[in-house]
Amino acid sequence: MIKVEGLTKRYARNIAVDNISFEVEKGQVVGFLGPNGAGKTTTMRVLTCFMPPTSGTASVAGFDVQENPMEVKRRIGYLPETPPLYPDMEVVEYLDFVGRIKGINTADLPKRISDVTEKCAIGDVQKKLIGKLSKGYRQRVGLAQAILHNPDVLILDEPTSGLDPHQIIETRDLIKGLAGDHTIILSTHILPEVEQICEKVIIIAKGKVVATDSVENLTSRLRGSETVSVEVIAADNSGVQSRLEQVAGVSRVIYKESRDGRLHFTVESLEGRHIRPGLARAVIEAGWNLNELHGMALSLEEIFLELTASHKEPVTAALQEVVKEDIAQAKAEDESK
Amino acid sequence: MNTFTICNKELQSYFRSPIAYTVLALWALIGGFFFYFGLSFFVQRSMESAMMGQSMPMDINEWIVRPLLSNVNVVALFLIPMITMRLFAEEKRSGTIELLMTSPIHDIEIVLGKWLAAVSLYFIMLLISVLHMAILFRYGQPDWKPLAVGYLGLLLQGACLLAIGTFVSTCTSNQIVAGALGFAISLLLFVLNWVSEFGSSVTDKVIGYFSVQQHFESFSKGVLDSKDIIFYVTMIILGLFLTSRSLESVRWRA
Repeated sequence: MIKVEGLTKRYARNIAVDNISFEVEKGQVVGFLGPNGAGKTTTMRVLTCFMPPTSGTASVAGFDVQENPMEVKRRIGYLPETPPLYPDMEVVEYLDFVGRIKGINTADLPKRISDVTEKCAIGDVQKKLIGKLSKGYRQRVGLAQAILHNPDVLILDEPTSGLDPHQIIETRDLIKGLAGDHTIILSTHILPEVEQICEKVIIIAKGKVVATDSVENLTSRLRGSETVSVEVIAADNSGVQSRLEQVAGVSRVIYKESRDGRLHFTVESLEGRHIRPGLARAVIEAGWNLNELHGMALSLEEIFLELTASHKEPVTAALQEVVKEDIAQAKAEDESK
Repeated sequence: MNTFTICNKELQSYFRSPIAYTVLALWALIGGFFFYFGLSFFVQRSMESAMMGQSMPMDINEWIVRPLLSNVNVVALFLIPMITMRLFAEEKRSGTIELLMTSPIHDIEIVLGKWLAAVSLYFIMLLISVLHMAILFRYGQPDWKPLAVGYLGLLLQGACLLAIGTFVSTCTSNQIVAGALGFAISLLLFVLNWVSEFGSSVTDKVIGYFSVQQHFESFSKGVLDSKDIIFYVTMIILGLFLTSRSLESVRWRA
């Protein structure tokens, strides 16, 4: 359905997307995963014919985005990162306008509009000005706009960004409901989201595809093992190290530093083992004071390194919390802007 | 069809925002001011000439319509950037340009639609000042033909400056910048004929030829000259062409 080959997009000073290739089958839901600035939006903009690629080709349903943009545009529904809404229009007026420029027959338009208002649950606000709607409703109107002309392909750029947890769940359910009839590409930097909605994941970082995999394979990789940071108050670091190494499930103990008699270690577990209770007991039973014990934080960047590097490198189960923190931080930054 | 859809949406959004009302109110106020004093002046002069025993009544076209058209023309110059400044700048700022440019419509349809909406609002403005002229017809016998030519001139000159303003609006996502730049360019185009008034070289004449005001003069006299019509139509096409090229460059730069 979607075929991208050697796609490169270069701006004046930097390369946004560097020679990426991927394919999406009809009816698939594909997650486009990557940190901010990885090139997700640029790739989507090329696919939606908003901007032409510098080199390489992209085609949708057999139509090239540069040679046949009109045919591609007819088959694509697009929800940009900020929903493209006119605040001074009523929801129904807006959908009517979008329907017309998307080339929907005026006779079919009222039915299409009532279909999508029902699907996106925006019936109760259809006579309201878009400018007066809450963020969640705006996102839904944006989604309604994208599916209005019943496109074969749906391209959603961070469809859940900026929503509250309740709205995120609703939006995800909505997208899942659309999955059967449409081929969907959605971009996100939220790992659980990919897990819940998508069948296939394309991971992109710094303009390059670093991994293309099914969700099962990806999650099993990410959930493999655990890295724990331990801080112990004791006199002798080699004694502590050898004691920690004896705990069941531990594969490696690395001594980091000591400060005022507090010794700091990083402990890695074997695949699928929970070692934190064992570590705590070992330290206490040896008569040392356990100062701190926590799962190591890995940044999203490090996850990408993990994914591109060898499979043996451990990634903690705390990963998901970390990713959530990253997102919360990114959101806070966005809002402060 | 798509052009009409865009035009319709744009015109509606003029009337949903305060822009249309502000522009129309300012136009009615300032136009009314000029009309009132033009008329008062005329009444006074014609009473004086009647007392001095001149038998020929003064020409309404000569004494009211022509100066009024010139004044109104200057007022329009100030209001036109207010009409065009948001056309593309606002879409670029809010990101709705992505919706338009990823919909199965051609860029030229977007450009034409938006420009036509601006021309329509300008046309409604002109209709308000037609009310003043209706008063003249009620109490006097002005010749309607030069008046109609004058209005055609106003419309053509307005359409030409609106096309240029539309182009300027594609160059920025800031409405204020688009408005200021549009005004500066319109004003320069308006007074370019000063160059040919002070100098007489070929260069001066060529520069002076680009003055929109110079081409309006014959319209205000009631003279329909194909040369001037061609000038305005060419400028309109140039403005719209530049707009569509600039819109295409948005795709490359984004």
